Amino acid sequence: MPFKGVDFYDVDSLLSEEERAVRETIRRWVDDAVMPVIAEHYLAGHFPMHLIPQLGELGALGANLPAEYGCAELNNVAYGLIMQELERADSGIRSFASVQGSLVMYPIFAFGTEEQRREWLPKLATGELIGCFGLTEPDFGSNPGGMITTAREDGDSWVLNGSKMWITNGSMAHVAIVWAKTGTLDDVKSIRGFIVPTDRPGFTAKNQVGKLSLRASDTSEFVLENVRIPKEYLLPKSGGLKSPLMCLTQARYGIAWGAVGAAMACYGEAVDYAKSRVMFDRPIGGFQIQQSRLAEMLTEITKAQLLCVQLGRLKDRGTMTPVQVSLAKRNNVNMACECARETRRLLGASGILAEYQAMRHAANLESVYTYEGTHDIHTLILGEAITEIAAYSG
Amino acid sequence: MKIAVCVKRVPDSEARIKIDASGKAIDEGGVKFVLNPYEEFAVEEALKLKEAAGSGEVVVISAGSDASQETIRTALAMGADRGVLLKTDHIPLDPLPVAKALAAELAEGGYDLIFFGKLAIDDYSHGIGPMVAELLSLPCVSAIAALQIANGKGKAEREIEGGVEVVEFPLPAVLTTDKGLNEPRYPALRGIMLAKKKPLDVKDVALETGGLDVLSLSYPPERKAGRIVGEGAAAVPALVDALKNEAKVL
Repeated sequence: MPFKGVDFYDVDSLLSEEERAVRETIRRWVDDAVMPVIAEHYLAGHFPMHLIPQLGELGALGANLPAEYGCAELNNVAYGLIMQELERADSGIRSFASVQGSLVMYPIFAFGTEEQRREWLPKLATGELIGCFGLTEPDFGSNPGGMITTAREDGDSWVLNGSKMWITNGSMAHVAIVWAKTGTLDDVKSIRGFIVPTDRPGFTAKNQVGKLSLRASDTSEFVLENVRIPKEYLLPKSGGLKSPLMCLTQARYGIAWGAVGAAMACYGEAVDYAKSRVMFDRPIGGFQIQQSRLAEMLTEITKAQLLCVQLGRLKDRGTMTPVQVSLAKRNNVNMACECARETRRLLGASGILAEYQAMRHAANLESVYTYEGTHDIHTLILGEAITEIAAYSG
Repeated sequence: MKIAVCVKRVPDSEARIKIDASGKAIDEGGVKFVLNPYEEFAVEEALKLKEAAGSGEVVVISAGSDASQETIRTALAMGADRGVLLKTDHIPLDPLPVAKALAAELAEGGYDLIFFGKLAIDDYSHGIGPMVAELLSLPCVSAIAALQIANGKGKAEREIEGGVEVVEFPLPAVLTTDKGLNEPRYPALRGIMLAKKKPLDVKDVALETGGLDVLSLSYPPERKAGRIVGEGAAAVPALVDALKNEAKVL
């Protein structure tokens, strides 16, 4: 059954013909290529690698970057719609595309030299090369400024030491964007970004096992032990914590859209089930308790859609602020978590099966709630924006 | 090689169709429209022929309202070179006036091949491709499922009852495409952005009055509720009896 989406407020009329065409193309590809295989990959705990060249061929990787580097050069609303449609299938698929586009290609584009852009971006756009982003460490999650990974100059090289954790694509990546301190450990301003090919001696990645969420995604830790890279692998325009946070703003923007996709998938499943499942001689959709669930979901999805479109317009205008992205990520992911849980419950016992989507989305969204700035940290970012008092700085 | 692909804007096969107040047409409000799926095969085949030849032009032609520009741009996003819209407010269910308008446009084009879908999924008439061929005095092979072009000649396969019919034909020719001919590509996202920059000529046309009138449209009769003849193995004889004597399918 092709996915129809949810559009109660004619949000489509806020989109251009091209934006709608981009959405339809990805939607159809997801129906054809992702939906038939996603549950088995989730159960097996494997990322569906065979989809990567297809994502590249479509132009879905780094889609909002310029065409001269082999990218689709879409506006940010179209980019957001891609994320929405990918996460409609699974947060793991969207995570792959978010990391590749926003956390690997974007920093090379934003902080790299022209040579670095030309060397890396076209191959990352086709999916020939896979990238990952190393910021978080075992002991530094919400407080990345505390990182203890270091980069030291040694002749014509940089030598990196440290370890990174919760790295999407970490084991399958050909290249890692690694954030490390070039000065003393208390010098947050000395944080710089490096392009680290993962085949360098001293680089080891290990899949994190035992995940009950994002099972169709590669989540790894990697260790850097005297990893030596040429001097010119530094991203020269990166500097301080602001640089990785700029990347996260890009990724969080996509997540705000992606969450709407997951929520729409759950809502669609809930409506179908409510209309077809008969109990006490009528469809369960005829009971007030299920109608209340559905009404709540539709309302929240509609609000989140409007939030995304306006956020995208602000981003295209160049006036979007990171705090506005925090609001959207926080609201929409929380909303999607609620939709997935309520759908799981509406589906009764069926809702625990992989044959349905709700519990897979519910489990995935617990990760999405936590990564890229936890829900709580985004609350504090908003709190700081409102009061001008930062709760998290000492 | 110069190739024309004639395409139609049709309601999505998943759309819920409503009959409008006149009772003679469908209500287009809220209906999603798409490029006729059979013409996706036509566009794909034309693009493959052009790519194999290494040169040539693929021109997408549609008759319809301004909204059909979007349909043409879908084909441009897949890779076609330019579009022509024969603009008319109303596309009748009668295929002949539309075929005449298309034939008039195609006659001047110098095309080696003219593709149509074997049918449009809205009216299922199968009519326009063969009519255009007749109007242009060109050979026509309908519902092709395989195609080879070489040295100014073509060979097409048609799936017929219990076998495959192989048809050879000279160029230029009119072909209508069936499922199985190829696997239509997705438009690349970059292609979608570039489609608007490709040339799309809009030409006003006045369709002749055809010989067919639609008197009324009606919905198919609702399916009657099923009947449960019993439960478990004991119900099998009753079920077999019902299938044999009532439904008459055994």
